[in-house]
Amino acid sequence: MSSDAREAVGDYKAGWHDPEQATVRFDAGLSEQVVRDISELKGEPEWMTDIRVKAYHHFMERPMPNWGSTELLNSIDFDKICYFLRSGDGTKEDWDEVPEDIKNTFDRLGIPDAEKKWLGGVTAQYESETIYHSIREDLESQGVIFLDMDAGLREYPEIVKKYFCSIIPYQDNKFSALNTAVWSGGSFLYVPKGVHVELPVQAYFRINSENMGQFERTLIVAEEGSSVSYIEGCSAPTYSTDSLHSAVVELIALPGAYIRYTTIQNWSNNVYNLVTKRGVAHENSTIEWVDANVGSKLTMKYPAIILKGDGAHGEVISVAYAGEGMHQDAGAKVHHLASNTTSKILSKSISKDGGRGSYRGMVTVSKKADNCKVNVVCDALILDEKSRSDTYPTMEIKNSSCRCEHEASVSKVSDDQVFYLMSRGHSEDEALALIVNGFFEPFVRELPMEYAVELNKLMALEMEGSIG
Amino acid sequence: MAEEGVLEIRNLHVEIGGEPILKGIDLTLKKGEIHALMGRNGSGKSTLANVLMGHPDYEVTNGTVTLDGEDLLELAAWERARAGLFLSFQYPQSVPGLQVGNFLRKSVQALHGDDAPSAREFRAELNAAMEALDIDKKFLGRYVNDGFSGGEKKRFEILQLMLIKPRIAILDETDSGLDIDAMRTVADGINASVEHAACLIITHYQRILEHVKPDHVHVLIDGRIVASAGYELAIKLEDKGYEWLEQEASA
Repeated sequence: MSSDAREAVGDYKAGWHDPEQATVRFDAGLSEQVVRDISELKGEPEWMTDIRVKAYHHFMERPMPNWGSTELLNSIDFDKICYFLRSGDGTKEDWDEVPEDIKNTFDRLGIPDAEKKWLGGVTAQYESETIYHSIREDLESQGVIFLDMDAGLREYPEIVKKYFCSIIPYQDNKFSALNTAVWSGGSFLYVPKGVHVELPVQAYFRINSENMGQFERTLIVAEEGSSVSYIEGCSAPTYSTDSLHSAVVELIALPGAYIRYTTIQNWSNNVYNLVTKRGVAHENSTIEWVDANVGSKLTMKYPAIILKGDGAHGEVISVAYAGEGMHQDAGAKVHHLASNTTSKILSKSISKDGGRGSYRGMVTVSKKADNCKVNVVCDALILDEKSRSDTYPTMEIKNSSCRCEHEASVSKVSDDQVFYLMSRGHSEDEALALIVNGFFEPFVRELPMEYAVELNKLMALEMEGSIG
Repeated sequence: MAEEGVLEIRNLHVEIGGEPILKGIDLTLKKGEIHALMGRNGSGKSTLANVLMGHPDYEVTNGTVTLDGEDLLELAAWERARAGLFLSFQYPQSVPGLQVGNFLRKSVQALHGDDAPSAREFRAELNAAMEALDIDKKFLGRYVNDGFSGGEKKRFEILQLMLIKPRIAILDETDSGLDIDAMRTVADGINASVEHAACLIITHYQRILEHVKPDHVHVLIDGRIVASAGYELAIKLEDKGYEWLEQEASA
């Protein structure tokens, strides 16, 4: 990386980029033809082309959301974005076959090391498509399917057709429509009945090019009594123009199944991150979203759980960090449709250097859902006078047997707190990092060790030079 | 090697928000000495403790403070701590999410750098200190001062004192809110630590001084030290109160 580039990148650790080496790059801008071309290029079945085209028209007609950060949303120039970019030639199963440049990128991010040490499987997506994929043999022999979404559609069209858009229809919102129209890559994970995947499987998403749109599509199906933990990491280089990341993730936990979906997002602050994530939990199943949002220009993300079956349980645990020029509009949604369902939402946000953190949450309990339990805790920590935090909680409880707890707090770091830690030998930056990491601790302890260490390091970096 | 562990305060004047609080303090603390600073509420005792440690709200308008000849007032709080200064706070701050065990280890490392004990040595010292202070092991998993009772906070300050091993220990109202048994335990902790340090105990009452015998007792009234003597002064104060000194001071 040149010194100029380093300067432009500033403190953002993953902010370097490699020379773009695209083998297919679509012209910027979106049209029905672009959508059809993507589908044709991938050799998709007709039903998928049809749904893409319908979604495209819905996207075009659908107005922009009139809530959240409307100003930032309306500043997205959809004509400037490249909707498909292929680097290299297809997915590799041997790391050595991945093109050198791309391999360097993921080597620097530590992906192959992580795979060797503690993952059950991994896919790495670069721009629009997956460039590397692997799964442990023992999992494969048990019938676990872990593929990129394009391969999933090719090899298991009947499963994909059954569940695709079943949890998040393209009409759900403007960005789910956009994703459905132009989706590419993402993960397809299928766990057969009764199979427990002991090690987490991981996907890593990297945007490398300027003005790029990344629209991965992920579908996870956990059959009866099975369990799986999936982790995704995201990063992008810093450019002067904006990139758009708009994913759709659908989870299906069949009776007694368990799915944990963990996201560690570390976008550079020129990325719009507008993501729709939703899971359906059937009888006695559990879905957990564990979501860390660091970076991006604007994130709007509210992982949702529909508790559809009796005794289902849902958790959304999230942290958001909004620094200079960032707006994190994040939260959670849980819908209790069945009796004896329980949910827990823990949301923690930090704003600093003029950053803005918003918690937007919705919990509903339907009339016929008896004996539900709801627990919502949202805490915000504001590090200076310039920064801002807002809370928008909504609760619609239509059944009186529901036990519902809601706590919210907004706190500021006090001079006395910093002074106390400084009197024990910690510099101002270190003191702030201790306070911030403490604030995030209830979240961090949910993460695998490697990620917990990484997140703590990341926050310590963000605290550097924070007091002028 | 330079003379070790001498804190010299000369003609120290301090204001907060433009209001003078300390009006010319002179005090010298040497390694192995225990000094008691007594006085009523509002006399400036805690101000002296905070200004020595480097709290940003206080403004030094005149005077000097040196540690072994080095100007302390130029240093940030964390640099003073690394130079060997320790303050046991009257009102310790809570840090939710920061575990006691982790905090203690990190602080000792920050303060002593390469000279910090190994993980194993640290663990042994920690166990011994906790036993001496009658602190349960579970305590290590709690968050720093979060939900602690008054007594727990004070014990935790002394636990830090014992592990940090400062050269200058300033104890601000460490005895307040402690029952007799707890006070004895805390006093034992202080006595064990001050062998290698100069110690300034700030207190209202003579009680703790029965357990931690001071070599020197100073009385602070309206920002000035009006009397300095041996332990007998503390006994006299317990007996007669501060009034006679106030009358002398204003005379």
